[in-house]
Amino acid sequence: MSAAVETTEPQELPIAADRDVVRVRQAMRTFCLVAKLSLVDQTKAITAASELARNTLVHGGGGRAVIELVSDGRRPGVRATFTDTGPGIPDVELALGDGWSSGTGLGLGLSGSRRLVDAFDIETATGEGTTVTMTKWAR
Amino acid sequence: MDRVPILKLGDVLLVSIQIDLEDEVALALQSDLSERIVDTGARGVLVDISALEIVDSFIGRVFADIAATSQVLDAETVVVGMRPAVAMTLVDLGLSLGGVRTALNVEKGLKILRKDLGLRGVEDLEGIAADDPGSA
Repeated sequence: MSAAVETTEPQELPIAADRDVVRVRQAMRTFCLVAKLSLVDQTKAITAASELARNTLVHGGGGRAVIELVSDGRRPGVRATFTDTGPGIPDVELALGDGWSSGTGLGLGLSGSRRLVDAFDIETATGEGTTVTMTKWAR
Repeated sequence: MDRVPILKLGDVLLVSIQIDLEDEVALALQSDLSERIVDTGARGVLVDISALEIVDSFIGRVFADIAATSQVLDAETVVVGMRPAVAMTLVDLGLSLGGVRTALNVEKGLKILRKDLGLRGVEDLEGIAADDPGSA
């Protein structure tokens, strides 16, 4: 069972096709189990990672995810970083508003996933790409 | 590519999703279901998602589209078996699944279809559902 995996090494996954989004979800689940997130927090973290991985694929033209265990000294957590070298997000505030979408999604990808996690950060530059980092802490 | 099987039981098409859905597989299910509704004249569709650990905005939108498309094709869709953690996550995500009827399990979903549509064959199905421990 994946619950027995006690890896603390960051895991890097390519995001180049639909199936890679599923692989990101599965890797997220493994890390969430190691960090002992509650079932609800696991579900939220995996869902957020799924949204961000799809954004990387659809809007960023593909890229990669790095998933790692983190600690703030009191509690463990899971951090996932999604990087692409796509067109970037011209207006981050607009992109974080509900209902915004530049592609085929519902426009909930960024704003929705931000609500599902404890920490959320976007770095983007037009023409250079986007890096989104999310962290979910165990309670 | 994996495909999600569609079972015909009386006037109802039953779909039980047992795999982690790739986007492409979800879209294929949507078009397969539309074709089966037309081919069989089914009046109801039950989509069992009790095995799904997550529903993100893409998969949620596919369920909404399945419900809307089947409505146009004169069939009612009920999504059944959503896990509590999935429901809580969908609310945070901001996905209301408006227009998608839901029920706690297959048995309750069948009751909704029977009541609303007076479907043939559904009485027999209830015996099957009652024997299924997963729907209790």
